[in-house]
Amino acid sequence: MSEKEPQNILKGVQHVILILSGKGGVGKSTMTTQLALSLVQAGKTVGVLDVDLCGPSIPRMLNLENNDVHQCSEGWIPVYTDPSKKLGVMSIGFLLQNRDDAVIWRGPKKNAMIKQFLTDVVWGSLDYLLIDTPPGTSDEHITVVENVKNVNPDGAILVTTPQGVALSDVRKELSFCRKTGIPILGIVENMSGFVCPNCTECTNVFSTGGGESLAKLCSVPFLGRVPLDPRLTQCVEEGKSFAEVYHDTPAQKAMTDIVDKLLVQS
Amino acid sequence: MRHACARGPMEIAKKSDVLIGYAAAVGCPAESCEAGKAGVCQGCPGRELCLQQQGGVDEDQKYINVRMKAIKKKILVLSGKGGVGKSTVAACLGMALAKLNTKVGILDLDICGPSIPKLLAVEGQAVVNSQYGWTPLRSPHSEVKVMSVGCLLGESDSPVVWRGPRKSSLIKQFLKDTFWGRLDYLIFDTPPGTSDEHLTVVKMLLNVKPEGAILVTTPQDVALATIRKEISFCRKMSLNIIGIVGNMASYVCPCCKEESPIFTDDGGVQSLCNEYSIPFLGTVPLDPVTSIKHFLTGSGDVL
Repeated sequence: MSEKEPQNILKGVQHVILILSGKGGVGKSTMTTQLALSLVQAGKTVGVLDVDLCGPSIPRMLNLENNDVHQCSEGWIPVYTDPSKKLGVMSIGFLLQNRDDAVIWRGPKKNAMIKQFLTDVVWGSLDYLLIDTPPGTSDEHITVVENVKNVNPDGAILVTTPQGVALSDVRKELSFCRKTGIPILGIVENMSGFVCPNCTECTNVFSTGGGESLAKLCSVPFLGRVPLDPRLTQCVEEGKSFAEVYHDTPAQKAMTDIVDKLLVQS
Repeated sequence: MRHACARGPMEIAKKSDVLIGYAAAVGCPAESCEAGKAGVCQGCPGRELCLQQQGGVDEDQKYINVRMKAIKKKILVLSGKGGVGKSTVAACLGMALAKLNTKVGILDLDICGPSIPKLLAVEGQAVVNSQYGWTPLRSPHSEVKVMSVGCLLGESDSPVVWRGPRKSSLIKQFLKDTFWGRLDYLIFDTPPGTSDEHLTVVKMLLNVKPEGAILVTTPQDVALATIRKEISFCRKMSLNIIGIVGNMASYVCPCCKEESPIFTDDGGVQSLCNEYSIPFLGTVPLDPVTSIKHFLTGSGDVL
């Protein structure tokens, strides 16, 4: 296989978006998969690249576990969710013999794998390529940014939850984006409020409003606030689009607003 | 299903071949006895670290052994998955143990997202470098000693954007240079994943016989899937698993006091423990103040 560069292999991709956080467990992968499904529902062709090598969640969230990766003469073919090929996925999850196998790699090995994901996966023509990242600002992030900078990514969506420990990590992630020249598309505040199914009172499990305040403070767009909804978790675990299954819920409205803002921005 | 690019025959990328062939192509024998010694290691930034940690003479190991021998029990808090409450569990465990009149320290190994200083209210305090080493900070909560990269950075928004070898060096420095003194418990809070930080700390600690690891998870399937990998990591590294804590099991509504599941919970954590024969330390609802003793009761005997 000849030497490849991301800008060649990704030339058919119209919009490249990174999903970042800094903090773990705020819902990056959930946001990535639900955004992808909503974009497909809006008629777009989407690819999802999962560069979380230690904890690859995307295959499970899109009901694609136990699928094989096919190779052709030009590289690896993404795993598609259905024959329409509107949504393709690549993740190390598809390459493990056993899903319980841990990927215990030091940085240099992770870097090489991520570079291979960016140069050897034949996405073809896509409207959107969403890149889901692990928490932190380390090898994976440096390698992804180094390799996608030349393809003029649209930018990064930062996901946070409202509480202080999450916000301080996201502020660092904002600094990381600014230092590396990645545009910031906006901040999503996830798990913002929980509607008790018993008394329907909305309480702030992790407080609320922190993401919006941070967006104002740092002069970046605020994309929306998604409340905690156990039905969203259920959809994620079943690989379904929450916006499609549950209409007229606060979480669905929030997701739809975020997608609309994204479509307008691009 | 054929792909547009497939002018020739398609074949399934054999999983073992892809990863083994890929590893051979990359030439990274980090997990084998050839780590640091193979030809492909020349020029790799992680080479020194690998050489030190693969049976070669590690000058730092003897200093780390001396520091750790003054500490009775060393416990790692692991997860694999981010955001499940490792730091919260580590902090609450530390404070609860300190309330039992024991001397406790917490070492925060999460270099990119250090949460422990905020949780233990030591933000803004400066680390003093004494003749005995770095003096850990003291939390107002039960005098728990704390060391974290967050203490060295202050409240700066500047991210720590380091590749693996540099993070590993800092972790070794924490282990070697922090003057904990005599402690009953030293709790290690770790970042999510199974990478440089985890490999470094486990390899350094195995010489000084840690008690083991407490694994923290939330009830959803996606978190349990990652915990399985963490169990696999612990077994591969010969690290004892003290038990598993199921965090955020439910939410107690402050209005009606009804407990509702925030994430789907069908007893997955308990089943996982049964499957792997690992002690189940208990579940903690989203109300840690009243519930931390809930899981301590389960872990008190083993600790």
